[in-house]
Parts: sequence; C-alpha cells; structure tokens
Amino acid sequence: MARSQSAALDRKKLMADPIMVTTIVVLITFLTLFILYPLAILLVDSFVGDGSFGFGIFERIFAMPTFTKAITNTLKVGFLVGILSALLGLLFAYVEVYVRVGKFVGGLFKVVSMLPVVSPPFVLSLSMIMLFGKSGIITRFLLGIYDNSVYGFWGIAVVQTLTFFPVCYMMLKGLLKNIDPSLEEAARDMGASRWKVFTSVTLPLMLPGLGNAFLVTFIESIADFANPMLIGGSYDTLATTIYLQITGSYDKPGAAAMAVVLLCITLAMFAVQKYYLERKTAATLTGKASRGRMLIEDKSVKVPLTILCGLAATFVILMYLCVPIGAFFPTWGYKFFPLTGKWFKLIFTRYHGLQAFWDSFRLSLISAPITALLSMIISYLVVKRSFKSKGFIEAVSMLAMAVPGTVLGVGYIRGFSAGVFRTGFLQGLYGTGLILIIVFVVRSLPTGTRSGISALRQIDKSIEESAYDMGADSFKVFMTVTLPLIKDSFLSGLVTAFVRSITAISAIILLVTPQFLLITVQINEFAEKGSYSLACAFATILIVITYGAVLLMNLFMNHFGTSKKMKED
Amino acid sequence: MDKIKKGVRLDHISKIYQDPKTGKDFYAVKDTSLTIEPGSFVTLLGPSGCGKTTTLRMIAGFESPDEGEIYLGDEPINALTPNKRDTAMVFQSYALLPHYNVFDNVAYGLKLRKVPKDEIRERVMHILDLVELTGMEGRMTNQLSGGQQQRVALARALVIEPSVLLFDEPLSNLDAKLRVSMRTEIRRIQQEVGITAIYVTHDQSEAMALSDQIIIMNKGVVAQIGTPQEIYYHPVSEFVADFIGEANFLRGKMTGTENGLAVLDIEGERLAVAPREGMSVGEEYTVVLRPESAALSDEGGLPCTVELSCFMGSYQNYHVRVGNTLVKLAENDPRSKRIYRVGEKCGLTFAPDAVHVL
Repeated sequence: MARSQSAALDRKKLMADPIMVTTIVVLITFLTLFILYPLAILLVDSFVGDGSFGFGIFERIFAMPTFTKAITNTLKVGFLVGILSALLGLLFAYVEVYVRVGKFVGGLFKVVSMLPVVSPPFVLSLSMIMLFGKSGIITRFLLGIYDNSVYGFWGIAVVQTLTFFPVCYMMLKGLLKNIDPSLEEAARDMGASRWKVFTSVTLPLMLPGLGNAFLVTFIESIADFANPMLIGGSYDTLATTIYLQITGSYDKPGAAAMAVVLLCITLAMFAVQKYYLERKTAATLTGKASRGRMLIEDKSVKVPLTILCGLAATFVILMYLCVPIGAFFPTWGYKFFPLTGKWFKLIFTRYHGLQAFWDSFRLSLISAPITALLSMIISYLVVKRSFKSKGFIEAVSMLAMAVPGTVLGVGYIRGFSAGVFRTGFLQGLYGTGLILIIVFVVRSLPTGTRSGISALRQIDKSIEESAYDMGADSFKVFMTVTLPLIKDSFLSGLVTAFVRSITAISAIILLVTPQFLLITVQINEFAEKGSYSLACAFATILIVITYGAVLLMNLFMNHFGTSKKMKED
Repeated sequence: MDKIKKGVRLDHISKIYQDPKTGKDFYAVKDTSLTIEPGSFVTLLGPSGCGKTTTLRMIAGFESPDEGEIYLGDEPINALTPNKRDTAMVFQSYALLPHYNVFDNVAYGLKLRKVPKDEIRERVMHILDLVELTGMEGRMTNQLSGGQQQRVALARALVIEPSVLLFDEPLSNLDAKLRVSMRTEIRRIQQEVGITAIYVTHDQSEAMALSDQIIIMNKGVVAQIGTPQEIYYHPVSEFVADFIGEANFLRGKMTGTENGLAVLDIEGERLAVAPREGMSVGEEYTVVLRPESAALSDEGGLPCTVELSCFMGSYQNYHVRVGNTLVKLAENDPRSKRIYRVGEKCGLTFAPDAVHVL
C-alpha cells in the first residue's frame, strides 16, 4: 500500500494555489529566522563560543556560585508561586462558579481578572515596595516599622502570586463550568456532605487542571524578569542573572549558556504541561454541563468564602491602585498633600516622556495588526488545512510560548548583532525599530495563535469546505468566510498583542538601543534608581493607554461584533 | 438549464488511510470502479465506515485518491482542486455561511464567478422560487428552520449550475417527518433540473425513495449496484440482504428438483423454492425470506413455534422458531387475521417464488 499518489495529488492541488504556497513559505521563513534560529545560535554559542567544541562554557558557568544559586532560587520561587497561585485561583473560581455572591463581590472578581491583562508586568512590585518597603505607607506610616525589607524571596513570591493567580482563576473557572452538576448532585443524593462532595468529586475531577494551572504559573514565574529585577534585591533568579551576565560582565557566551539552561527548564515543563496535563484535563472534563448549577446559598459556606475572596480581591485592587495614586503624592512616604501633577509634568519636560510614549505606542501599534493577522493565518492553516509542513508551523509557534523573553533577547543579540551566522547578512536589522517590532510579534504570537485555534475549532469545517466547493480559492475562503467568522477573536487578538507589546520588557530591555525610549524600560530605570514617583507616573499613563485600548475594543465588539448574533442559534 | 449533462466515472479508485491508533494503513475505499450515467440519481448506501463519504469527498476533490482516476464526463479531474471542479455539494450540517443572509448565501458562488449583478439577482430569485423560499431572501440563516436551511444549501448548490450535485447525508439532521417530505422535494427538484446527483446516506428508505441506482458499499468495496427493486429482491450476498430491509436466512442442502422448483432440506423439512441459475444437488444454499413475504397458518408449511407475538399497529410482529432458526415475520393488517399466541405451534408458509436463493 502506498499513499504516494494522494500525496502527489495533494501537492499538486496545493501548488495550484500560489497565494497559499507563498503564505506557507513566508511563514516558515519567519518562524525559522526569528524563533528557531536565535535559539539555535544560543546552542552553538554555548558549545563552541570559546573556539573549541565542548562543555567548557557550561563547566565554567556551573562553577559560578551565583549561577547555581540562581537556579535554586528560581525553582524555589517558581514552585511556591505555582502552588499559591493555583490554590488562590481555585478559591476564586470555586466561589464564582459555585457560590451565590453579591453583585459587588462579583464586580471585584471581574476587575481582578482584568487587571493583569491591562497592567505592565511589574506594577505590583512597585506598589509592594511603596506599601511595605522602607518608606512604605503601611510599614512606616501605619506601623512605624522603619527597616522592613520587602526585597528578596518573599517579595518576589508575593508579587508573582498576585500577578499570576488571575490566570489560574480564569483557567480553573472554565474547567469548573464544564463539570456536569448532576455528578455532584448524585453524590449529594447518596448522602455526601458538601465538603465530601468537594473532596471526592470536584477536586479529583479538577486535579489535572490544577496541575496544569500550577505548571503554567511555574513557567511564567521562571520566565519573569521584571519583578525579580525590581524587588529581588540581591536575590537573583535565572532571568536577572542572564541579564547581568550580558550587561554587567559582558560575558556573552556565558549568558548564552545560561539562557540554554533556562530554556531547557521551561521547555521540559512546557512539554509536560502540553502533552500530558492538557490532554488529561481534556479527557476528564469533556462535554458541557447539561444545565445550570444550583448555587450554594448556605450561609455557613457563603459568608466566609465571600469575605475571604472579597478581602483578597480588594487587597489586589488596592495594590494596583497604589501606583496611580502614588504618582500624585509630592514625596512618597514623607509628604502626601497637597496632591500634585508635578511628576507627570517632569516626565514630559525633563525625561523625554513624550518620545518614550510615542516610541512605545508607535512600535506596538505597528506590531499588533501583524501579530493578529499572522496568528489568525497560522490558526487557519493549523485547524483547517492539511499540508506537509503544518506540523512544523504549529510546533514552532507553540514553542515560542515556552521561550522566556530573556532567552529570546540573548538569542537575538547573538543571532543578529553581527548578522545571521555572523555573516553580516541582515546585520542592518540590529538596533533598528524593526527588530523591536519583530520581537513584539514573536512574543505575542503564541497567545494569539492559541486563542485563534480555539476560536476556529468552534467553526464547522464544512462551512469553509462549502465555500471552497462553491469556487473560492484559499485566499477568498480566508477573507470572506474565516476572518468574518472570527472577527471578535481577531479583534481581541489585536488588542492583546498591542497591550502585550506596549507592556513588554524582558526581551526588549536587552535589544533596545538609545535611539528608542520605551516606557517599560524607563519605568524599570527609574524604579531601579529609587525614583518611585516618576516610575509611578510613567506606569499610570501606560495603564491608561492599555485600559483605553481594552475599553475601545469592548465598545467596538458590542456595536459591530457579529459572532454573538450568529452563535445565538 | 441548457448545459450538457455529465456523468461521473471512477476507474479503479482506492483511498488509503492511517489508523490513528495502530498507525497501520488500511483501505478506506478499495479498487472501486463505477459509472454514473448523466442525469441519473445514484445513492451510495452503506453502514458507517464503509467508504461512501470518502468516495463522495474524492469526487468533490476534498480527498485525493491513492490509486485510479476520477472522470467528470471525459475529463480526468484527479489534480483539480474543489473550487475548480464542476461539482457542488450539499453538506450534512448545511454549512451555510452564518454571517450572510439567505440571498448572499445563494449568490456566493455566482459572485465568485463574476456573474453580473442583475443576472445574479435573477438567478438567485429563480432558484429560491424552485426550492420554495421566495420571500425569505433577507433572513439570516439562523432564523430559518432546519428544513429551510437545507433548502438554502440545496439552492446554493443548484444556482451555480454544476454538472454534478453531491449530497452528503443532507437529511440526517432533520426530524423523521421532515426527512420524508424533504426527500420527495429533492427528488422533484433533481428531476425538474435534470442534473446528475450522487447521494450518500446510511438510511435505506431514503435510498429507495430517491434513487435510480443504489450502490451498496461495505468495508471500502462495492457490494452491489442495481435499481432499488433489484437490490431488494435479488441481493447478491447476505450482507446486502440484511442491510436492505429485514431478512431471514434459511440454510439447507439441495436434494433434488420438482416441477421446476429446487427442493431443499431445511431443518429436516422439504422445502421447494424457485431456483436460480447454477444450482446443483448436494450443495448447501442460503434462502432469503423477507418478513412480509411469509404468513402463519394452522395447516401446512414449515412447522414452527411462536416465541414472540407483538401488535405494532399496521402489522403483527412474530418471532417463530423453525428447528434451530429464528424467523421474523410481519403480517400486515392484523385486524382481519387470526392472532397466534406465544407458545402456539403452527406452520410457516410462503410462495416458492417469494424467496431468493443466494
């Protein structure tokens, strides 16, 4: 039996579609050049960086106590943050799905789930320092403690948990909603108490999902650069160590080898998460809940859970609020009144605020539509078409999800500063705005692709086939059928890409050159110097921009979104 | 439609798939040759996994055959993409474009063919009239019932005047009553337009009601091709007999001939049946008996015991045991007949030419 004829025919049919072929070729080139190649060059660098092939560089970095310490530090923080986030996320998800909460608490939940989306990644570190640091409002002003140190292990752990748990909350919420209420009703009916139902039915069903949430957060924590940078103090993680190895010691081969180590850790976890836990989650929680769930009204359950979640949510929201408020205080920690706009004025008059915002805004605005379109095209190819290199495209775009920004940054430095393979080819790219745009695109591509894929999976394959059958070629099918059907998903992909780009820091901080002033980099610099008021003023404007973008998107979707109308069927 | 009708020819077509579990290759369709006459209505009928949908999708161009060549008229079309083939498909899930209204759905194919606007309007309205959807052209597709959506799907396929119309189980999402009226409708429209139609279904009554020719498929190969009558009364195998309608199988050795009938020894009883060609004494044969072709009587016939007697409205359903063989019976209009009870002993009778020897 040979499947050669069908393979040959499929190839012929594909070749009859030049737009499709061009798209595939362009995609493969892009993914290879800007995702695979920078990672490959890191491997090459770390094995032959000092002239001879071997483990020399690895031996050298593993002999550094700072590096081995950084590995244990990173894993310790990641482990704790993963567990705390998964548990806190489960609590929130459970309360939202199972307990009848008031409108107010429900509103708090919504805000909590939105905040990490619209805020730059290190806002909580700033507010942590401002609330609990040496001159923190709570520690110094309210409690009179003058030497509290928030820097280090606990600082990072708390900040990362508060930053990442909403992701777990949203993931687990989706899973809990998929549990068929009749399973739990059956257990209740046979005499189980509510607690027993939770431990014997709900929890076992959620276990793979919890594991999944844990690992996703673990990876996020390990890859996080900005928070350890700001609040880590002398407690270095892998991401910050790599950064310092490049910017402080100018040891590029060493940094490359360290990046390889970090990449190996995240890749291994990503593999477990993607190929084991995600599948298990899908296997235990298939189908949709057949009907609505009776919400718990029992006061002995409802009151403590609502209070607990309400307090936690309020705390998180206050932490976020602390930054814009802080930007209006004359001197943080010493003088609070009268409120002043002088920091805002300063950043625009003395610290090139306008240029920073314009640069960040411009580059993100260019990269967002590219990212959104690319991820929709990739999702379309992955879900709806079959061709030989499809597996490659899917794998590489998902791989990018497991690559920490710092690793990518080092890869770009090594890969492009002297041109591709140090030949000088494409050397002009390095130091330009274009390479920053490319980094933005690559960093946001996996999220966009993932949501695009799940949006497209909802659409019956035969709808596109029917258009194809009616005489439309691939390009027409994509433009007249696929894209209109996933308009909402495309739009939210666009805004997500914009927000992610304008708030990005880890990869960009290694690549940015003096002619570009990016807001996130500015915030980082001012915070490092201890000018928290300036950092807060920058961050406040950034939050306003991102929140505005999200608002605009919701407004647009409510008025022009068609998907909702069509799904009502 | 003044277009020349075209037939479809499959020449030794095979399609190989890989079993996702074992990783082994297997034939989804194996060495299938068919000729579908221009203007005829042909049904591909078979249980799920028999290769009927794969065959249809190869004709549409969504799948590529591993062996053989497909012809549309005289033109080989293996290498043509679906959008370049002169076929139009009606999908099981209707596959209407949800962001378009009825008119735009039907007009979609014409717009792609760059037909002038006025002509599009005229042709779409004409087709909507044919499928009895006049006045619905401004509706969104989710405001239509299942039957209406199916009509839109049909109109959309018809309006581009394809050489061949393909149907992939188009009625399986409709309720039973609507299914019956829609299939009459499909047949009417096909005859009115005079188009070649290939129809995939696993519902035998649908196949019977619609087709000029039925192609029965099993495990990737054609089991029998024929008119509905040929297939029902002269099945070539137990599979076909069992798949189309209900069938009882009586097995026995031929002992001789008598008055031009073949005499078989069935469960120790002599039974004379109309012979087929090539029978010889001493061989084992299987006789197909349709439930509605037999009756119970107090005298004569094969001795049997009633094991189930059940009133079904239009008929009385019996299971009787003849020796070791269980025979199912349907006696029509039971009001006028004697009803046998469970445990009663009686005779199973049928005319010698009411059975078919395999």
